[in-house]
Amino acid sequence: MEYQHYNPTITNQTILCCNCGVPITPNPANMCIDCIRNEVDITEGIPKQCTLNFCRSCERYLQPPNLWVYCELESRELLALCLKRLKGLSKVRLINAQFLYTEPHSKRIKLQLTIQKEVFANTILQQVFVVTFLVCNQICEDCTDAAAKNTWKACVQVRQKVNHKRTFLFLEQVILKHNAQRDANNIKEAKDGIDFYYSQRAHAIKMVEFLQSITPIRVKTSEQLLSADIHTGSKSYKFTYSCELIPICKDDLLCLPRKIAHNSSMINQLCICSRISNTIQVIDPNTMKIAEIRPQTYWESKYSQFEALCSYQDLVEYYIIDVIEYGPRVGKYQQITVEVCLSNDFSNTFIARTHLGNVLKAGDHAFGYNLAHSNFNNQIFEDYCRSNSVPDVVLVKKSYPSRRRRNRARNWKLKELAMEEENNGEKTKAEVAKAEQDYELFLRDIEEDPELRGMINLYKSMY
Amino acid sequence: MAVRAQFENSNDIGVFSKLTNSYCLVAIGGSENFYSVFESQLADVIPVVHTSIGGTRIIGRLTAGNRHGLLVPNTTTDQELQHLRNSLPDSVAIQRIEERLSALGNVIACNDYVALVHPDIDRETEEIIADTLKVEVFRQTIAGNVLVGSYCSLSNQGGLVHPNTSIQDQDELSSLLQIPLVAGTVNRGSDLIGAGCVVNDWSAFVGLDTSSTEISVIEKIFNLQNTKSSYVVNEMRDQLIDSMI
Repeated sequence: MEYQHYNPTITNQTILCCNCGVPITPNPANMCIDCIRNEVDITEGIPKQCTLNFCRSCERYLQPPNLWVYCELESRELLALCLKRLKGLSKVRLINAQFLYTEPHSKRIKLQLTIQKEVFANTILQQVFVVTFLVCNQICEDCTDAAAKNTWKACVQVRQKVNHKRTFLFLEQVILKHNAQRDANNIKEAKDGIDFYYSQRAHAIKMVEFLQSITPIRVKTSEQLLSADIHTGSKSYKFTYSCELIPICKDDLLCLPRKIAHNSSMINQLCICSRISNTIQVIDPNTMKIAEIRPQTYWESKYSQFEALCSYQDLVEYYIIDVIEYGPRVGKYQQITVEVCLSNDFSNTFIARTHLGNVLKAGDHAFGYNLAHSNFNNQIFEDYCRSNSVPDVVLVKKSYPSRRRRNRARNWKLKELAMEEENNGEKTKAEVAKAEQDYELFLRDIEEDPELRGMINLYKSMY
Repeated sequence: MAVRAQFENSNDIGVFSKLTNSYCLVAIGGSENFYSVFESQLADVIPVVHTSIGGTRIIGRLTAGNRHGLLVPNTTTDQELQHLRNSLPDSVAIQRIEERLSALGNVIACNDYVALVHPDIDRETEEIIADTLKVEVFRQTIAGNVLVGSYCSLSNQGGLVHPNTSIQDQDELSSLLQIPLVAGTVNRGSDLIGAGCVVNDWSAFVGLDTSSTEISVIEKIFNLQNTKSSYVVNEMRDQLIDSMI
């Protein structure tokens, strides 16, 4: 059986446009395009003129309700901002939006929009139109505050009462690594420390909490009443958080009060601070015993804050003449007894017991404290001396004099916090020299201590 | 002449009225405006009857009819049926239909000779339609729509169909109905022809929104320009021819 294939030919029928009578192919509105255009305006409800608020002093645009954002002219951000200002765009479909060029100083921004909307049933109409934005000047709150010299609401004062900048140089790097300075609107160098200024109290509290997590500090909060409205009971305060760091640094020689030493696993009173995290870690160079002291113990100590006997600048360089005896090894430390003499004076030799056995050998140089020739005005130490013998020399760390002498340029560098300097940067020559020396020593520390290096970010230097 | 009308702010007058060559049904509305439009045009020729079907006003969609008869759905109450019987001429047969597709006006489109019906309608109903309305019945769709009554409007002079009806479909329907057809719209672009206009051989009523272009299309296809005279002439000629044969 054979089938005949029937292929109907479809011819388009035409109807008359219901409005003007022009023959058209039927569409959902059954109206010609021109009539639809005449009949409905899909841009109805979208304002053709709108205002943008612009702060002249910081060159930012207001994104209502109260966000100020920086946008380039004809940028994506500005486009987004402009489109957000247009009401009624949610009821239509936005196909395209572009800027039309206007003179930058004309204070007009022209935006060409292409929108689609469904009109009648199933008829989608597309229309192109221009919206003009008027750029109005309005000073933003931040700039108002700045003009009124009322820039900060909260201040974090970090202080350490020691005569070197080591801790702060380190702290600066840790802050940079964690980007903790992000919210601060000003950072000022002060005597013995740094001040961080914040426009919001929460940001300051966040900073204090950050500092508490990395260093042993004591925080004191104080507030100053700026203004009060007795009708509404609202008040505005300035808050100050004073954070005092423990004035003990790594490699300091300590003489712990008896009670604290006994509480800290019966450690010898005379010990070296080996690490400062949010606790103080001390090591006894004789026995290699390690103990941790909580900052609270320090602040609440009856002996009201035992101090470092010797610190960084008291270090003297020794030459290791011979290793007399190898002792036991504990972790990364090994006890050795060495014969040392001052590196610039070979006439006197001393016998010292140290925990640096892993890194020291005969012929090396090491930094240490010379207790034989030191006088300390410290009650705890005097009590200690009465009942114990004090070693002549306490070695603290290895030194690398030969390597340093080459004085080569470092192929790495550190970032710096943008800090406002004390006294408008006017410094005496001595102060500048001291700061430079502190910085150099800090850089050496980084080079010699991998643990320290791990906590901060180093950057490649150009040369 | 096609007359614009509105039923209580609705342009879908075909929903609220049914017009044939021998009678006109009008829904009972809040005001008599709608009724008076029909009455002013038709009163001296055919009866214009107020009625409801099953208590509703959408009589145009629920009923189907022509010169010979009127089909009402099974929701029609006995009282309404009695009222219709009393009001309509005796020559009009009234029949209540037990049909699942009870909106008879939507599923049946007819003139005095031919009826197009929904493809799924009952076989029994189809027979009743043929008997009561004295028409040939064809199961058809219009532009793919099964609700033939909603999407077309027919008289013995011509017919208006859904705007999307292709030329082929129009030709096919036209050959079935033996009348000229045209695709068009009512109520300013609405494709619900059956709801937008009611016609008989000499008059038409359309929704108030209907544009002049649409009216001109309607008048042309339903042959309504100077209807009265042509109708009379045609009638006379028919009678003359009848008498001569």
